[in-house]
Amino acid sequence: MAVEVRIPTILRTFTGGEKAVHGDGATLLQVIDDIEARHPGLKARLVEEQGLRRFVNVYVNDEDVRFSGGLAAPTSDGDVVVVLPAVAGG
Amino acid sequence: MARYPSLADSVGHTPLVGLPRLSPSKTVRLWAKLEDRNPTGSIKDRAVLNMIRTAELDGTLRPGATILEPTSGNTGISLAMAAKLGGYRLICVLPENTSIERKQILAMWGAEIVSSPAAGGSNEAVRVAKELASEHPDWVLLYQYGNPANAEAHYLGTGPEILEDLPEVTHVVAGLGTTGTLMGLGRFFGDKKPEVKIIAAEPRYGELVYGLRNLEEGFVPELYDPALVSARFSVGSRDAVRRVRELLDREGIFAGLSTGAVLHAALAQAVRAVAAGERAEIVVIIADGGWKYLSTGAYTADLDDSEEFLDTQVWA
Repeated sequence: MAVEVRIPTILRTFTGGEKAVHGDGATLLQVIDDIEARHPGLKARLVEEQGLRRFVNVYVNDEDVRFSGGLAAPTSDGDVVVVLPAVAGG
Repeated sequence: MARYPSLADSVGHTPLVGLPRLSPSKTVRLWAKLEDRNPTGSIKDRAVLNMIRTAELDGTLRPGATILEPTSGNTGISLAMAAKLGGYRLICVLPENTSIERKQILAMWGAEIVSSPAAGGSNEAVRVAKELASEHPDWVLLYQYGNPANAEAHYLGTGPEILEDLPEVTHVVAGLGTTGTLMGLGRFFGDKKPEVKIIAAEPRYGELVYGLRNLEEGFVPELYDPALVSARFSVGSRDAVRRVRELLDREGIFAGLSTGAVLHAALAQAVRAVAAGERAEIVVIIADGGWKYLSTGAYTADLDDSEEFLDTQVWA
């Protein structure tokens, strides 16, 4: 078991076309760092100095991490992380 | 009061009804605010009538003007009614992957429709509308994503109605699109009862709708201030359809698909309250009825088939 991270279409160039990759870590940042080791370049598309990039939304088990600790949001085995570009609703 | 000078005057004052069968206990209860009871059948009447009133007062909107708006449906439908009554021409930019009923209703009220490409969903509708607005500077773009009168409608109407009908309210759960409903409610409860949790339920669409060329094309509505929201949940079409059917089966309420997403997030809050042994009075905002979504098959088809069909649609 590990944390599953679902990758949006526009970022799959970094994962060799894979829709989902797996990583380990007790926080979102640790999981991203773990994945970055195998898929270099991905982290820079998700994270900047202040935290998550403006047009990137990340959900751990469907909850937006901006309301649950940001990059420090806790993760554990079996969790599902979904990465999505911010788009308009309405 | 149940008598109004005109249809537009009857906006708001919607019923708040208990959901006794979906509520887990006597101390953790769910309540539905039935926004489908507005003049054109959705919560958007509140925002639209307030945006029009404000634009008429400040002189942006003059007799005979042309209104242009990017919309996935309900805002356009509400604008179409208001434009007909006010004598305005209306042009809606609508993603092509929205339900046929929405286009039929817009046409019925005399709105002109410009289709935007399916890939990119409402992002594309916003982009196309902004382009058209720059080509036609005399057209009036009310722009629901950035118009403070959108959120203000909920500060002045929806919020006070909830507090009056349910003074013990602990949570309000609403759909996140333009963010207008959540921003207005967040500000109202921030002022009047700051312990109330404002929960956002955001529809998670299929990949086509997120079909951007790069991340810099992403879009966050100008109205959005995350400080006014307590938590935000992403809900996929399968959970939304499952919940909207549950609402129909157990409480007899026939709601639109975005309500399924809202109910899903609300039930999660109810489960948390029960687990924590806390009292909760949770308001679920029912943005519209199910009529406009019948053609999607979401109420009757096999769940797998519904999910597959909705995967390419802007379903909320």
